[in-house]
Amino acid sequence: MFGKRINWPVTVLLMLGSLLILFPLYLTITIALKTPKELANSLWALPKEWKWQNFLDAIELTNFFSALTNSLIITVSVVILTLLTNSLVAYAIARNMHKRFYKFLFYYFVSAMFIPFPIIMLPIVKQTSNWGMDNLTGLIFLYIVYGLAFNVFIYVGYIKSIPLELEDAAIIDGATRWQVFWRVIFPLLMPMNATVGILTTLWAWNDFMLPLIILSDPDLATLPLVQYIFQSQFSTDYNLAFASYLMALAPMVIVYIFAQKWIISGVMKGSLK
Amino acid sequence: MKKERAYIWMAVPALIIFFVFHTYPALQGIFYSFTDWKGYGDWNFVGFKNYLNVFQDDRAGSAYLFTFKFAIVSTILVNIFSLFIAVGLNTKIKFQKTLRAVYFLPNILSILIVGYIFNFIFAHFLPQIADSLGITALSKNILGNPDLAWIGIVIVAVWQAVAFNTILYLAGLATISEDLYEAASIDGAGAWKKFWKITFPMIAPFFTINMVLAMKNFLMVFDHIIALTGGGPGQATESISLLIYRGGFQGGEFAYQSANAVIYFIVILVVSVVQIKILQRREVQA
Repeated sequence: MFGKRINWPVTVLLMLGSLLILFPLYLTITIALKTPKELANSLWALPKEWKWQNFLDAIELTNFFSALTNSLIITVSVVILTLLTNSLVAYAIARNMHKRFYKFLFYYFVSAMFIPFPIIMLPIVKQTSNWGMDNLTGLIFLYIVYGLAFNVFIYVGYIKSIPLELEDAAIIDGATRWQVFWRVIFPLLMPMNATVGILTTLWAWNDFMLPLIILSDPDLATLPLVQYIFQSQFSTDYNLAFASYLMALAPMVIVYIFAQKWIISGVMKGSLK
Repeated sequence: MKKERAYIWMAVPALIIFFVFHTYPALQGIFYSFTDWKGYGDWNFVGFKNYLNVFQDDRAGSAYLFTFKFAIVSTILVNIFSLFIAVGLNTKIKFQKTLRAVYFLPNILSILIVGYIFNFIFAHFLPQIADSLGITALSKNILGNPDLAWIGIVIVAVWQAVAFNTILYLAGLATISEDLYEAASIDGAGAWKKFWKITFPMIAPFFTINMVLAMKNFLMVFDHIIALTGGGPGQATESISLLIYRGGFQGGEFAYQSANAVIYFIVILVVSVVQIKILQRREVQA
């Protein structure tokens, strides 16, 4: 790679291609800042006067901070609890794969990746509402459980590569199996924890279908769900709608701008397993 | 013996919880598919009647047709684009890190909101441009046309999914040793030949994974459609997931759509297995 000359034709092609990605985002930002009249004059021009009022109106109409809080509560709880529980389950499985029961467990969890959600969708809605789980707690719980299928798969692959000697030494020193996991294994899992954490964040933050069917109280709506609920009120005012879209997309985009190298490599690592 | 018990405490609660919230609802769905339950009230066993009805249902038939048409076209397009973008990003280019970050950006955005943004582009932006350029064929919202609406959904799906598949291909390209290309250069191979004789065979396993994952995800398309067409115009873009959701929750067809969901499950499973078998055979030959 080094010493080779920069391939300018490919660079230019890729830069032109990236406009296809950036242009819809440019539109979103500019429309969010215009007045309806300005939008009618030109769809793509920069706004002459930046109308920040759109954001205030959107915040009020959609109850933005409530949705933001709900999305944050869900995502943060799901990520932390997923890392703590899913890795533990995977550890028990990975260290006992020679036993029939744990081998069965592994395939049982992993095969769930192939079961399409609609087959569970109708009964789980009945079940969660009967059990009083049609709220944020129920939703958080379901994300943690449904993440198991994929997370066990990638954690087990990684734990198998950690040498047993480290654990045996700790056991000889009098540590219990639980201490071994939390003090020895869990810290060693950090690269995989990063990957699982990133993928889980993207999923819990952006998911629309599960909040749509589980949450019955509009006050509990997440950011994507709020866009859906208020769509009919937006229909006459695109500037307001786009201000709302932009605010819903912004938190993740800001995180991405600061952590993109980390996020991309985390996703890459997950895909290599 | 003591450490054995610790492992059991780590794994068995997860087994129970997973069974109760994943397997049990799935089994319930299968159970109700043999009844006439509406989602409330009494029910009776009806045997395979729901299944027979799904096969004769025009609405279900058109949902399956639309979903497959959409999934096949999108899977092929996503893989073509992401493979070429990944190869491009993997060559020595200027602004490599920035471009990589830009191309991955769509993957972190909510599909529903992206769909709403594109909805505006199709409804207002493209027609206005087409009008000012005098292209009358495109001066109407394609999402409002039953024959063209699916193309709009393909565009949004591809726009979003290329990001993730590109990253998978980049991971694959990183596993190829530079020596191979140098050897090929010495033998006088051109860029195109190097791609077909080295790059493509070497990333064959990634090609398999990408095709299977993309197809499986696109067969479950839901968010895109809610944001772009709501299944319309008419029922022209109603996907299987959307049909199950609507019929099951709003149409009182709990049992009937459960049967549809079971069929859907079998279809996805068969498609995935067949794809893996065919693509893996190709891998071995390559």
